[in-house]
Amino acid sequence: MSTFPISIPRPVHPTGIWNWITTIDHKRIGILYGVTAFIMFLSGGIEATLMRLQLAGPELDIVSAAVYNQLFTMHGTTMIFLAVMPLSAAFFNFVIPLQIGARDVAFPRLNAFSYWTFLGGALMLKLSWIGGATDAGWFGYAPLTSVAQNPGTGIDFWIISLQVLGIASLAASFNFIVTIINMRAPGMTMMRLPLFTWMSFLTAILLVLAFPVITVALIELTFDRYFMFNFFNVANGGSVVLWQHLFWVFGHPEVYILILPAMGIVSEVLPVFSKKPLFGYKTVVLAGAIIAFMGWMVWSHHMFTVGLGAVANAVFTVTTMLIAVPTGIKVFNWIGTIWGGSIRFNTPMLFSLGFIAMFLLGGISGVMHAVSAHDAQQQDTYFVPAHIHYVLFGGAIMAILSGIFYWFPKYSGKMYSERQGKISFWLIMLGQNVTFFPMHFVGLDGMPRRIYTYVEGMGWEFWNGVSTGGVFILIIGFLLVVVNIGRHWKNGEPAPADPWDARTLEWSIPSPPPEYNFEKIPIVRSLDDWWETKQGLDYKEVPASGGSGNEGHEIHLPQPSYWPIVAAFGLFIAAYGVVFNDLLIPWALAAVGLTIGFIGVYSWSLEPVNDPEEDSTN
Amino acid sequence: MAQEHAAPIHGEDEGTTTGLNHRKMLMWAFLGSDCMFFGSLIATYLVYQGKSLEGPLPIDVFDIPVTSISTFVLLMSSMSMVLAYSALTKNNMKGFRIWMVSTAIMGATFIGFQVYEFSSFANHHVEVDCVNPGELTKYEQHIFDEGCASGEAHAESHEGLKPQTNLFGTTFYTLTGFHGAHVTLGIVWLLSLLLLSFKKGVITPEKNLDVDLAALYWHFVDVVWIVIFTVVYLFGVFPGF
Repeated sequence: MSTFPISIPRPVHPTGIWNWITTIDHKRIGILYGVTAFIMFLSGGIEATLMRLQLAGPELDIVSAAVYNQLFTMHGTTMIFLAVMPLSAAFFNFVIPLQIGARDVAFPRLNAFSYWTFLGGALMLKLSWIGGATDAGWFGYAPLTSVAQNPGTGIDFWIISLQVLGIASLAASFNFIVTIINMRAPGMTMMRLPLFTWMSFLTAILLVLAFPVITVALIELTFDRYFMFNFFNVANGGSVVLWQHLFWVFGHPEVYILILPAMGIVSEVLPVFSKKPLFGYKTVVLAGAIIAFMGWMVWSHHMFTVGLGAVANAVFTVTTMLIAVPTGIKVFNWIGTIWGGSIRFNTPMLFSLGFIAMFLLGGISGVMHAVSAHDAQQQDTYFVPAHIHYVLFGGAIMAILSGIFYWFPKYSGKMYSERQGKISFWLIMLGQNVTFFPMHFVGLDGMPRRIYTYVEGMGWEFWNGVSTGGVFILIIGFLLVVVNIGRHWKNGEPAPADPWDARTLEWSIPSPPPEYNFEKIPIVRSLDDWWETKQGLDYKEVPASGGSGNEGHEIHLPQPSYWPIVAAFGLFIAAYGVVFNDLLIPWALAAVGLTIGFIGVYSWSLEPVNDPEEDSTN
Repeated sequence: MAQEHAAPIHGEDEGTTTGLNHRKMLMWAFLGSDCMFFGSLIATYLVYQGKSLEGPLPIDVFDIPVTSISTFVLLMSSMSMVLAYSALTKNNMKGFRIWMVSTAIMGATFIGFQVYEFSSFANHHVEVDCVNPGELTKYEQHIFDEGCASGEAHAESHEGLKPQTNLFGTTFYTLTGFHGAHVTLGIVWLLSLLLLSFKKGVITPEKNLDVDLAALYWHFVDVVWIVIFTVVYLFGVFPGF
């Protein structure tokens, strides 16, 4: 089959490394996402550790002020864009098609493109440490990002890599929206979707609508930096507050992009290990939808001390408090789910229970920030990092760890060590509280965040020392997680198809699932259909794909492709070309990258999903 | 069964849950996302409207009749796009190609107008009669104040409107420039489809989804222009709005 403009044979049965490079299997891409993001998470953890060491005592000199600024900026950007979001994406990839009874995502090659683009953006951001990373905070407030304040390439790397990561996230979100709406098995109505799929669906919608806003903000910043435009140039009438608005119109939905998948994971784990259906399924779905909607109305609570005026502050105080209501509803639903259940305290369950407790604490300090007068006291103090680490570490990361252990038998086909898992849970639970709880105290004591050191006698030494000590407990906990996962992935006991006696469709197929997922597409008749089936409701399925029944019994899987990684590589080169636009010939590198990307996209769009001349089944 | 009330089958369409093709749904999701993209650019423009510290301002540079012509051409290109799709579904390949070419030409005409407009704004030249100035805009008044102090007959400025000149230049060129980039991409897309239609069996009355998607995109870009033309051009020149 000829493709234009370049004709090369399609990788039909690649082996070894090529199998991974050309894969468009959602399960493999999910694993790629997970492993990459976990490595990024560890790198962000190293950055955090260095900061904690610097703050362990007064006037230490472990890193300089300049490096410290880069550390907190890179830590925030890494954890949000390179760790939590892609770890969620790993679960989207692996779990969603299995939960809705599909053979793959709607656009398998676009999915591969998302991953490789994400990898390019991630590498680009992390490699900016060479030559000085960005130091303007993860929120990149103007005018800290202006050329006058920040002439180096650190900011440029930050801007461009975020744009690349944005393309990856948008492509993935389009893919999952279409997959969830359009690839459900027969009978899988929207109100029978497993909660994780529901929350992922809402997340994808949020992403699709929120990312263009940061894209525009970054474009404006790029033009200011590269071409002397006036967007954030106060000397010419520009307003730095505009950046704050654009950033937080994106940034607050982003918070829910981070936490909704976590809520989805917890809503899967709790019913399974309590042997009860989720309490108030419809309420939990609706509360998630309300959170996704209300998430757009609260952005200015990040700007209470900017001086927007009493009315604006009052309105955003009220909306912010309101958004705590659906979140509270969820917490009660989770408690209602475990109430009276026959609870098994396996590792995933422990992490999910830990999530509820930690997220609740984070939520309480969140409601404190919501009061604008109160917030004025807390703004830029350590009280805020305390809050965000309770919701993002105690919340998102705990839920992700829960998911890592919950689905481990499914994606690895092995069982992890329950004993090691439980020890790692207690270490992480203890470690995070020792690390993050004292931040409340020093914060209310007035210790500013983002300072690289402090003098003796402020009363901050003790609790800062405790915080730093907690980091080492966390490190041991995470090392144990890595050892547990790594060792048992290789040498663990083979996992049965349904080790947890679970409720959703991914547990109805072997562990690990075959390439085609479902030999026969299931017919879904109720919520928690797999559970109902096990309880004696007779199991029905339809052959092959779709409901017409006359399409034969062949399973047509999309074939691997070179083009997604070619397109992503072109984008990566182009991104470097924008940062180093005056290298040799101005903009030449960017043009080369765009050409490669264009060839990739063009050849890809002309490549048939399945090459009719080749045999598609293994 | 599911296929009876489904959209036309497009080869890769394997009986989707909703009956709507995957790619069409993706296109709608993309357009929703693009709405937020242009929404943010337009919001930026509106936030900075009237905040420029110096001229030229919209009233100084806009030529509504000229832009009305290019707007008309762009809107007509949408009609031409509809006719192209319609011809394709009626298996009129010749008509399809003619209307595709015409759509692309009208798009290119719009871009041509935009290039002309950008360069004329950038080289905008103002001359004020010092003796009998008549009614002056704020910008002309500024030139009058600067240049007429020492008794010359005329005062003039060759500064023009560049993106660096003021907030209006910055926001105007960014917003309309990105719209122009969208149109340009659309032209490339249409011409690619036109070329592909000469390859056997790629674009047929049954396999019309590629054209359908391009048309969706094209109409969307036109609709965005209606908003830009109203908000930027008309609101900029007629203070009554």
